[in-house]
Amino acid sequence: MALLGRRRPVAPLEYTRKTWMRLWIAGVMLFLYAPLIVLMVFSFNDSKRNVVWKGFTLKYYEKALNNEGLIEALVNSLTIAALATVFSVILGAMAGLMLWRFRFPFKGSVEGALSLPIIVPEICMGVAMLIFFAKIDWPVGLPWPLNLSAITIAHITFCFPFVALVVRSRMASFNREQEEAAKDLGAGEWQTFRDVLLPHMKPGLVAGALLAFTLSLDDFVITFFTSGPDTVTFPVKVYSMVRFSVTPEVNAASTILIILTIALTALALKLQGVKAIADAH
Amino acid sequence: MPDTAQPIIQIRNVTKRFGKVAAVDNVSLDILAGEFFCLLGPSGCGKTTLLRMIAGFELPTEGQILIDGQDMAGIPPNRRPVNMVFQSYAVFPHMSVADNVGYGLKIAGVGRAERDERVREALSLVSLGGFEDRKPDQMSGGQRQRVALARSLVMRPKVLLLDEPLSALDAKLRAQMQFELSELQDKVGITFVTVTHDQDEALSMASRVAVMNKGEVAQLAPPSDLYEFPSNRFVADFVGSVNIFEGKLILDEPGRAAVDCPGMGKIFLNHGVTGPHGADVWVALRPEKIYLHVPGEGKAIRAAGQDAPEGYNLARGQIKGMSYLGDITLYEIKLDGGAMIRVSRPNLSRRDQEHFTWDDRVSMHWRADSPVVLLN
Repeated sequence: MALLGRRRPVAPLEYTRKTWMRLWIAGVMLFLYAPLIVLMVFSFNDSKRNVVWKGFTLKYYEKALNNEGLIEALVNSLTIAALATVFSVILGAMAGLMLWRFRFPFKGSVEGALSLPIIVPEICMGVAMLIFFAKIDWPVGLPWPLNLSAITIAHITFCFPFVALVVRSRMASFNREQEEAAKDLGAGEWQTFRDVLLPHMKPGLVAGALLAFTLSLDDFVITFFTSGPDTVTFPVKVYSMVRFSVTPEVNAASTILIILTIALTALALKLQGVKAIADAH
Repeated sequence: MPDTAQPIIQIRNVTKRFGKVAAVDNVSLDILAGEFFCLLGPSGCGKTTLLRMIAGFELPTEGQILIDGQDMAGIPPNRRPVNMVFQSYAVFPHMSVADNVGYGLKIAGVGRAERDERVREALSLVSLGGFEDRKPDQMSGGQRQRVALARSLVMRPKVLLLDEPLSALDAKLRAQMQFELSELQDKVGITFVTVTHDQDEALSMASRVAVMNKGEVAQLAPPSDLYEFPSNRFVADFVGSVNIFEGKLILDEPGRAAVDCPGMGKIFLNHGVTGPHGADVWVALRPEKIYLHVPGEGKAIRAAGQDAPEGYNLARGQIKGMSYLGDITLYEIKLDGGAMIRVSRPNLSRRDQEHFTWDDRVSMHWRADSPVVLLN
């Protein structure tokens, strides 16, 4: 590295060729990804204790996939995440548009109230949700998927403000003259929305949906408080498994979840274009 | 403009208030069919607001706007027979050029085949043939503007509104587009109404110009009248460069008049001004209408026994500043009476600008029909 670097002098702003910068980046990457890589590697470890590497095996994946409780929890989590995402995107987009577009009394308070679920500690949200659902006698013990309703509603509550924020900041870069141009060319309100506003908003919607999905999928605290006695989600299930011992089965299940998330994110980025998502922020 | 020209847009006593501020203040004017009309004025004079009221994006607080004889009150922008080219062009970034230009036709329900044909026509009209599949971000600013033009023209509007159409272009391209816009207007025969703060743009393109100031029309006239016969100080000063002297009208008869300006002396005119005797007036004199020469050079003139040729005004002074602009040189001259005057002189040969320099004594003269007397 240093040898190569000497050939051409390092320009003042060429930070990527500076040794201290490279070391810093390497350090950041290590802290970010080393735990994940260790987790994934040890999911193939042929040992019950999962402390020392004993050899390669796929048996824990087999075990995890045959663990009915775990699969059920995974299906629950994915269902909740999908539903929460859909509703969050719709609600969040509407809220974001409203904040961007209109001036109304107490706008500042509405904005503040909207970001409350982001700021309030999760534990408080969880307790509040628990009390709320108990107070209104939300029915429990319903058949699947109605038994997920309370958790889903709770998830929508803390997911949609994120979508609203992303959509709103995306709309800040919208040129209002485009909207006027569409109307000038004969488009009505709905046509203008569909043909001009929505395409501009799309990267924000995709980014918001990704946020909502991942937030919902890995939420533990609020879910723990709002899940009924028989409803288990993936993070809750993994937590209960870890209480006995950290077996490679947990690693395997986590690895599956990580790969699933990465695949979904990659798909969304591919559909939308990485640049557009980056532009949304 | 033929005599038969009908007003396509009638603006009647239109006022637009934002809160207490009147952006447009009781404006009445007619825009004739087929003309290239220009609203000229400094920023904040209400010209854009007036244009947006014609397009329907703002509603008049008072007054009436008629397009082709029809009252536009209550008619939204999407149902007005006008189209607009926006200052930012507002080309839809996610659509191809063809989709952009065809958007209005698609909304109007024009069939695919006819739409394609008309889009092709419109694009060739603005010299963008073959650009159908490009995306706006692959085009230059000038090309995007042509897309915006084609997108409006394809709708065959009765009036095309242009909001500061050339402000985002660089100087060379702007000069070229001035010609192209005039040519285009000739070709399509649609009434163009443009808004600009750039007097060059207004003078070079428009058939008539309304100069606006503080929400009111200061003067409405063809470009040459605006420049040569401004009706007030604001117009004289805003359109082009000008020397303005305050003075008293001391002589006013049919065929001749004189204004006594402190620091300057008497300025003679070969026509009457019909102002009250002794009134405070202003004299506007364009820098290029003043001949500059070395005092000794005036011998031939003085041989006639006069200060200047018959009927000319004469003044003397000292050069206090000069700026060489290539085609002309601008001189700041302090008159013997104490006033400052600006004179421009074309550099007719390569070393012309060396003829005069700082602190030189100079003589100036100008025709008696050059100054304009302004009453307000």
